[in-house]
Amino acid sequence: MRNVWIICRKELGSYFVSPIAYLLLTMFALIFGFFFWNALGVFIIEGMEMQMRGQSFPMNINEQIIRPLLSNASVIGLFFIPMITMRLFAEEKRTGTIELLATSPIRDIEIILGKWLAALMLYCCLLLFTALNFAFLFKYGNPDWKPLLLGYLGLLLQAGAFLAIGTFISTLTKNQIIAGAATFGVELILWVIGWVGEYETALWARVLSYLSVLTHFESFARGVIDSKDLIFYVTVIFLGLFFTARSMESLRWRS
Amino acid sequence: MISVKGLTKRYAGVIAVDQISFEVAKGQIVGFLGPNGAGKTTTMRMLTCFLPPSSGTATVAGFDVLEQPLQVKKRIGYLPETPPIYPEMETVEYLKFVGKLKGLRGADLQKRVDYVCERCAVADVKKKLLGRLSKGYRQRVGLAQAIIHNPDVLILDEPTAGLDPKQINETRDLIKSLAGDHTIILSTHILPEVEQTCEYVIIINKGKLAATDSVRNLRARTRGAESVVVEIAGRSGTLEPPAVQGKLEQVPGVSRALCKQQIDNRIVFEVESQKGRLVRGDLARAVVASGWDLNELRPAAMSLEEIFLQLTGTEAPAQNEQEKAVEELQKQ
Repeated sequence: MRNVWIICRKELGSYFVSPIAYLLLTMFALIFGFFFWNALGVFIIEGMEMQMRGQSFPMNINEQIIRPLLSNASVIGLFFIPMITMRLFAEEKRTGTIELLATSPIRDIEIILGKWLAALMLYCCLLLFTALNFAFLFKYGNPDWKPLLLGYLGLLLQAGAFLAIGTFISTLTKNQIIAGAATFGVELILWVIGWVGEYETALWARVLSYLSVLTHFESFARGVIDSKDLIFYVTVIFLGLFFTARSMESLRWRS
Repeated sequence: MISVKGLTKRYAGVIAVDQISFEVAKGQIVGFLGPNGAGKTTTMRMLTCFLPPSSGTATVAGFDVLEQPLQVKKRIGYLPETPPIYPEMETVEYLKFVGKLKGLRGADLQKRVDYVCERCAVADVKKKLLGRLSKGYRQRVGLAQAIIHNPDVLILDEPTAGLDPKQINETRDLIKSLAGDHTIILSTHILPEVEQTCEYVIIINKGKLAATDSVRNLRARTRGAESVVVEIAGRSGTLEPPAVQGKLEQVPGVSRALCKQQIDNRIVFEVESQKGRLVRGDLARAVVASGWDLNELRPAAMSLEEIFLQLTGTEAPAQNEQEKAVEELQKQ
């Protein structure tokens, strides 16, 4: 466990000593801030219209602002995650520092977990900015905080799954661009294959839509924990890290 | 300390290291000599548990590289051909990170970091980013990294490659000074380097073991006869090669004299003597006594290629395609 933390600290160090972390944080804050501003604007206009028409249709901050924004955050994350994971192993392979790690008295799995955790922590930092936005809702409104917390849990699980996939892909190449692009492609496919479930009900379509990473997020955004979704994310995380370990091992046999 | 038996590494269709066996005793400093692509790096990588051997065994300090890699790794300090540094880290930060990786903690870690900074002469760049350091400093940080956990065995892959002559000397001195505490294997394709730093040599060629011996024995073995190069200048007009040859061959102990070159009034001979006889003094006297000038008199240095030629009985090790392929594979 100690070794995991050593690797994790080093990775976080490289994120924050280079412009990568700050660039990602700034971009994420800007983009999410824009979404927040939009959602809030629409909400306020709708509220005023309701009042003018004299309707007393209940307005719900959770349903109308927080839930769609959490979905937005998960999609924005899709674009940012490849940029977080692409360097994890590709860079070490390119510069040869992988030899230092691989000849140190630590296990492969400790290296992998350390790197994956560091990536997850950077993602948490991104999410902090969304919390900053949501904090305003709590100051001026009275939203339910439980669905929000579950939404965050969902975001973390989803990011964990995507990050595990990205970590695995990063071990396959020594070119960061290739690792990033491939990760993005795979994530995009895992997102859109869920769409077939909307018009097709055959078994294969249901399987595809189960595989879609984003459909499993919906329940979390609604504020429900569905064990099916929980198991899905944990399985993807486990498989991703497992394949990373296999890939590191094969690296040695092939190299 | 290190024991290697029948070690073999096969890549897809290519045998990079073929049935190598050798022993290294504690405290020895051993040169691992061979042309590029001979399998030096591959062998070292197997010893450091970076690559698993295809067959054969290797043990370091009694631990098998396949069975107990963690125990082996604890006892080995390894400097790959390019120092494994993170350009975005500062020297001390990096050394602390490596120290922790190797299992050092707390006060112990701080002590070792200070010690290796002093020992490897990187104390003046403690707070500099590694990416900004010169090649010589990077190499020294690489060495500092390798000895941080005071390992029993040090494995250094071409530690002087790419350095300028001054840095090469400094690095060699540093390595020699480390010899007392550690068993060292260093690879190189430069013969003088081995002669200057190592007691023992392991020569490999095309993945096969060509010779293991002490440096002195090897030199004697590969030079059945002493060879001396003599350059003579005539004081009045040009010299007649046959006349000079005759005079040189009359010197006691000389078995043969060959004319190598003749430019104007200068003439270069290579003189072979019988084994174990030193003829340089007599040669010099004979030249001067004949009324010629002695411009140069030096032992004919045997190049690595020639040693290989003698040891392997093959053509000089010009790199063939297969070796290049192996080298490419190793780099990946």
